[in-house]
Amino acid sequence: MDVLKVKNLSCAFGGLMAVSDLSFEVNKNEILGIIGPNGAGKTTVFNLITGFYLPLKGDIIFKGKNIVGLKPYQITRLGIARTFQNPRLFKKLTVLENVMIATHINYDASLLDSLLLTKRYLLEESKQREKAEELLDFFGLYRRKDEIAENLPYGEQRKLEIARALATGPELLLLDEPAAGMNLSESLELVNLISLIREKFDLTILLIEHHMEVVMNICERIIVLDFGMKIAEGTPEEVKNNPRVIEAYLGKEVKGVIH
Amino acid sequence: MIDIIQQLINGISLGSIYALIALGYTMVYGILRLINFAHGDIFMVGAFIGFFALGSWGLPFVPGLFVAMLGSAILGMIVERFAYRPLRTAPRISLLITAIGVSFLLENLMVLLVGASPRSFPQSISLEIYEMGGLILTNRQIIILSIAIGLMIVLQLIVMKTKIGKAMRAVSQDREMAQMLGINIDRVIAFTFALGSALAAAGGVLVGLYFNKIEPYMGVMPGLKAFVAAVLGGIGIIPGAMLGGFILGVAEVLVSAFISSTVRDAVAFVILIVILLVRPSGILGKHMREKV
Amino acid sequence: MRKNVLVLISLIIVLILAQLSKSLDPYFYQILLFFGINTILAVSLNLINGFTGQFSIGHAGFMAAGGYLSAALSVYQGEKIINYLAFLPKDFAQGLVFFVFVLIGGIFAGLLGILIGIPTLRLKGDYLAIATLGFGEIIRVIIYNMEIVGGPRGFPGIPKYTDITWVAFWSFICILVVYRLIHSSHGRVIISIREDETASEAMGVNTTFYKVFSFSVGAFFAGIAGGLFAHYLMMLHPSSFTFMRSVEILLMIVLGGLGSITGSVFGAFVLTVLPEALRGFAHLRLIIYSLALIIMMLVKPLGLMGNKEVSLYRLIKKFAKDRE
Repeated sequence: MDVLKVKNLSCAFGGLMAVSDLSFEVNKNEILGIIGPNGAGKTTVFNLITGFYLPLKGDIIFKGKNIVGLKPYQITRLGIARTFQNPRLFKKLTVLENVMIATHINYDASLLDSLLLTKRYLLEESKQREKAEELLDFFGLYRRKDEIAENLPYGEQRKLEIARALATGPELLLLDEPAAGMNLSESLELVNLISLIREKFDLTILLIEHHMEVVMNICERIIVLDFGMKIAEGTPEEVKNNPRVIEAYLGKEVKGVIH
Repeated sequence: MIDIIQQLINGISLGSIYALIALGYTMVYGILRLINFAHGDIFMVGAFIGFFALGSWGLPFVPGLFVAMLGSAILGMIVERFAYRPLRTAPRISLLITAIGVSFLLENLMVLLVGASPRSFPQSISLEIYEMGGLILTNRQIIILSIAIGLMIVLQLIVMKTKIGKAMRAVSQDREMAQMLGINIDRVIAFTFALGSALAAAGGVLVGLYFNKIEPYMGVMPGLKAFVAAVLGGIGIIPGAMLGGFILGVAEVLVSAFISSTVRDAVAFVILIVILLVRPSGILGKHMREKV
Repeated sequence: MRKNVLVLISLIIVLILAQLSKSLDPYFYQILLFFGINTILAVSLNLINGFTGQFSIGHAGFMAAGGYLSAALSVYQGEKIINYLAFLPKDFAQGLVFFVFVLIGGIFAGLLGILIGIPTLRLKGDYLAIATLGFGEIIRVIIYNMEIVGGPRGFPGIPKYTDITWVAFWSFICILVVYRLIHSSHGRVIISIREDETASEAMGVNTTFYKVFSFSVGAFFAGIAGGLFAHYLMMLHPSSFTFMRSVEILLMIVLGGLGSITGSVFGAFVLTVLPEALRGFAHLRLIIYSLALIIMMLVKPLGLMGNKEVSLYRLIKKFAKDRE
């Protein structure tokens, strides 16, 4: 069963097609990788799915509902969470506050409650804090909860961003290059973490990644983009041996120069 | 009908002054992404330098205009050097607050120097009135319009043809890249301020000539309105500032002639809000998508 | 619950102190009163500029809107309504009417804030600044053209209802509302907009709603401050609400620290007392203001307190620790 279905999606920037006629599905509980050379339109796809860009045409169907035209916050509320290519934490706030901002999605005390410090307000605040702390604990960030986010080492900032996305309670998680800037052992740890959160939070994951060891290790399926078009789709094994993919990555052989 | 044409003539004269001030706004914004709040006050200082040059020193009109432009250009560079340059990497809001501070400083220093009461501007060009088929045209309007247009042509030549003009365009496109290519950013920015301030000073002297009256707070409203003109035409775009200036001048004169002169000051702001909502990039601007 | 009792007790203490301060020298009394009004203006502007990260420089416009409406109500309806309430003690009836009028002025300014906020808050940074400035000026031009409130001649004959107790009451409410708002989940979300609007939206935050909300709460309190101002001076004039006035409020929060409530109170204090201290050099006052603004930005762009709060509790704790 597909959780997300993208149909004939196109998007242009000033005449340049960033994504053209792209279609794919993401099945429940799968990890689908999107790879492709720089500028292939991968992040644009994320921005289209999460409502930050409006497509030229095409449909994005999440759990049977077309979400094109919804605002980003509405899409998050429906159950799609994301991270960013360059972490966009609330840098000057604490680690705990970062996560508690995301849990606001389920906050059930009104403004009046917080002005009058009603019972409901106190209950909701402690519920939020508990949930946030639980998440931080899971990511091994609990002991850092009162630190300012920008003071965390880079790897932990990445983890915090994932924790924060999970705090919105998503069904579909979009990870934009989670392993960027990580060394091999860190990225292998990340691979474990991603499989773990899929189990624990019953997630479907869509992942953009450059680190091939990450992609090949955890993705059940991969789609390859080049110039905004899907040039291949299949299991990691199939994609790896696809000549068009190799060509896209290595460029066309220039005949007559090398030979 | 005659009435409307008459008002159009008045509006274009006023608009050419707005355009001169708007050019400085637009160039500075193009390069620093800063709304230089102090720009209207540089215009005011220019008017006062013109006042002294034409009045106390008795210079003829054109040399007096030149002195005012030169003095304001230097002032513009000083302001940039000491108030804005140290903040070049600071958040834009800090820069904006500083600009407001500079604006108030210039106004109040001027009050301290010459007092707050208005002064009448030296009439170094005696008024001649031409009447043609019911239309009234003064020699001052002709002078204002021709000086304004002449300066705009000179500016266009500097920006398009000279080396420093090319450097200015490069810096406004991509400051870091321009720096890597060996352009001296500080010099380009200083030159931009000098150029913009000189044009504002010319505007100041022409306003003095047109309205006969100058005072230390005279820059506030024209400054804000010129900014509106710059946004209207498309901020950062030089022809846009001219277009915006003329449109605003005409709109204002028409409203005060045919609706009510007391709402005239609101015209600019209503235009501003409409343009920001409908087409924030301005008439000549290209739509830019924010990168996520 | 216990916290609310504490708040109530402190409110009562503040009101008693205010009442006592009436025996002060009239000069000091007036300074204290303006300090209170400025506190309301600064704290409310800080909610918009410091906490939400939206840059408004049209606060004087909202102050004018609230001030003029409540003043007009007092002038044209006050007597009549107080007469209706003849069954109540006179002072009480007067106080009640005044409270309601000031409140209506505030609500009107708040609604205006929503109306203005919805279109303009889509804009960012300096564009927003200019748009708010534009609206501030438009409000002033409208007042200028309204004969019923005196237009350019000013609006005289407003009854003198404002006293220090009322000012203390409203300052207290303003600080309390902003403080509690900021320290709730709603407040964290508001601050997240300041930190990174895009990320905030990706976390499911309806950023437009919260921006407009905090803008209108800020406008509401500016309107309240306007009402208090009007009923103290007994006369309003459009020239009291120029861009200059907005900048003065801005200076208060820049001085104290964007994003600090105690900083705003401090800034309000400095900018109330400083003009008095500089009375002998009135012509220098504005020069000093502008230099202060520039130097502040060059030296300490986050304001004297940054976004930190001064808390009595923490001070005492620190003091006790040092003693050990």
